[in-house]
Amino acid sequence: MSASKESAGPQPKEYQGKIQPGWREIPRGGMILQAGNAREFETGDWRVTRPVWIPENCIQCLFCWIYCPDAAVLLEDGKVIGFDYAHCKGCGICAHECPGKRGAKAIKMVAESEAEEASQA
Amino acid sequence: MSVKTVAYTGNEAVAQAMKQIHPDVVAAYPITPQTEIVQIFSTFVADGLVDTEFVTVESEHSAMSATVGAAAAGARAMTCTSSQGLALMYEVVYIAASLRLPIVMPVVNRALSGPINIHCDHSDSMGARDSGWIQLFSENAQEAYDNVLQAVRIAEHKDVLLPVMVMMDGFIISHALENVTFLDDETVRRFIGEYRPDYYLLNPDHPITVGAFDLFDYYFEHKRQQVEAMRMAKPVILEVGQEYGRLSGRSYGLFEGYRLEDAELAIVVLGSTAGTAKAVVDGLRREGVKAGLLKLRVFRPFPREELAQALRHVRALAVLDRSDSFGVVGGPLFAEVRAALYDLPERIPTVNYIYGLGGRDIDLEMIGRVYADLAEIARTGRPRELVTYLGVRE
Repeated sequence: MSASKESAGPQPKEYQGKIQPGWREIPRGGMILQAGNAREFETGDWRVTRPVWIPENCIQCLFCWIYCPDAAVLLEDGKVIGFDYAHCKGCGICAHECPGKRGAKAIKMVAESEAEEASQA
Repeated sequence: MSVKTVAYTGNEAVAQAMKQIHPDVVAAYPITPQTEIVQIFSTFVADGLVDTEFVTVESEHSAMSATVGAAAAGARAMTCTSSQGLALMYEVVYIAASLRLPIVMPVVNRALSGPINIHCDHSDSMGARDSGWIQLFSENAQEAYDNVLQAVRIAEHKDVLLPVMVMMDGFIISHALENVTFLDDETVRRFIGEYRPDYYLLNPDHPITVGAFDLFDYYFEHKRQQVEAMRMAKPVILEVGQEYGRLSGRSYGLFEGYRLEDAELAIVVLGSTAGTAKAVVDGLRREGVKAGLLKLRVFRPFPREELAQALRHVRALAVLDRSDSFGVVGGPLFAEVRAALYDLPERIPTVNYIYGLGGRDIDLEMIGRVYADLAEIARTGRPRELVTYLGVRE
């Protein structure tokens, strides 16, 4: 161990290679003053299995959209068109709730590793 | 402005202060010797004298949680407790301070179990000394009343925004009847003013998040903010203490020096024992002994420079602790006072007396013995014992 030549006094605003605000510049007590910021926090990489949509089995009941805890079911004109994989955590609630068409599910959970292989193939 | 002097117990005086503060929300759970405060305040609610939302909870953990929730929502919120109750609310006590919620909480000092005991010592509030709360100690019921009113102003000051604990000694103050002079309701209302938080959860025009996950990239900065808020609290406490003095005739500082200016032998003490010690000082002064006293009011933020300045001329100093810190040298007050004196050019021989644990009485004779020890230390220049257990049976 050797002593640094630099002082341990006030440090630059760099943290892990990024310039970050200092303690005087952030809201007190950890308050977040902007609403709707969950969008900025991408949780898709937590996923182990991903929901895959099978349009021919979908009756557009929107159960998946209602039950999704992360608002990650994408709609267009009130119809399911797929999933927001940047935010979907892969919990599988959508697939569990999906009634499908005549017993055939419109959402199946696929291991993330297989989904990646399939996309590379 | 009219003032009224009434014989009240400490608990009655604090309940009266709470009635005059008229908080939006009070969530509290009864515990001896604080029970009366909650009980009296709940009758004010039941009788319609206040329109405070009184939340009866199932524990102190819930009391502090409800108070934190109410304060975050934008309410002026209060609770109060003692001993085990403070211990049970512990994790939320830290959260109140780190969320920067200006909650005011009277704490009626009582020994922590075990063995189980309901009487006075300071182990409860000393356990919370690093929780980030401002801590004010009171010598008597009058000071408890005055401190609770001032605590609202200190806590809610825009440079501070920290919760404040107001201490009074269990039974000794809480249950003893004393003359207390009250301000009238209108004067209190004007003094504390209307609470207008800048950010709060029940503001639909500006939705915010409170209590979000705070990782290694921001947590440290938020702790640094708390350090700054404590630093800013000191001038605010002084300013509010002066303003309160103009209103009531009773000014408050960080501590009170009693015959201290020319004292050679001095003690530092918290709470009701200061009253007993003042009588000893008066007796010694009549005998020509230059005895003095420093009664600390503000334990957090600890007034390091001011305290060292006020004590620098004494020849021997004793610090009286009504709680102990096991495995170190002396009690928590001793550690702070000694650290504060470290930067003085001349070293003052300083010793510690642990006294009054679990409500053990301290009397004039015992404090007289402390001054006798100090006279000996001043003569020889060095103490025989660093820490003495005052009044324990050998």
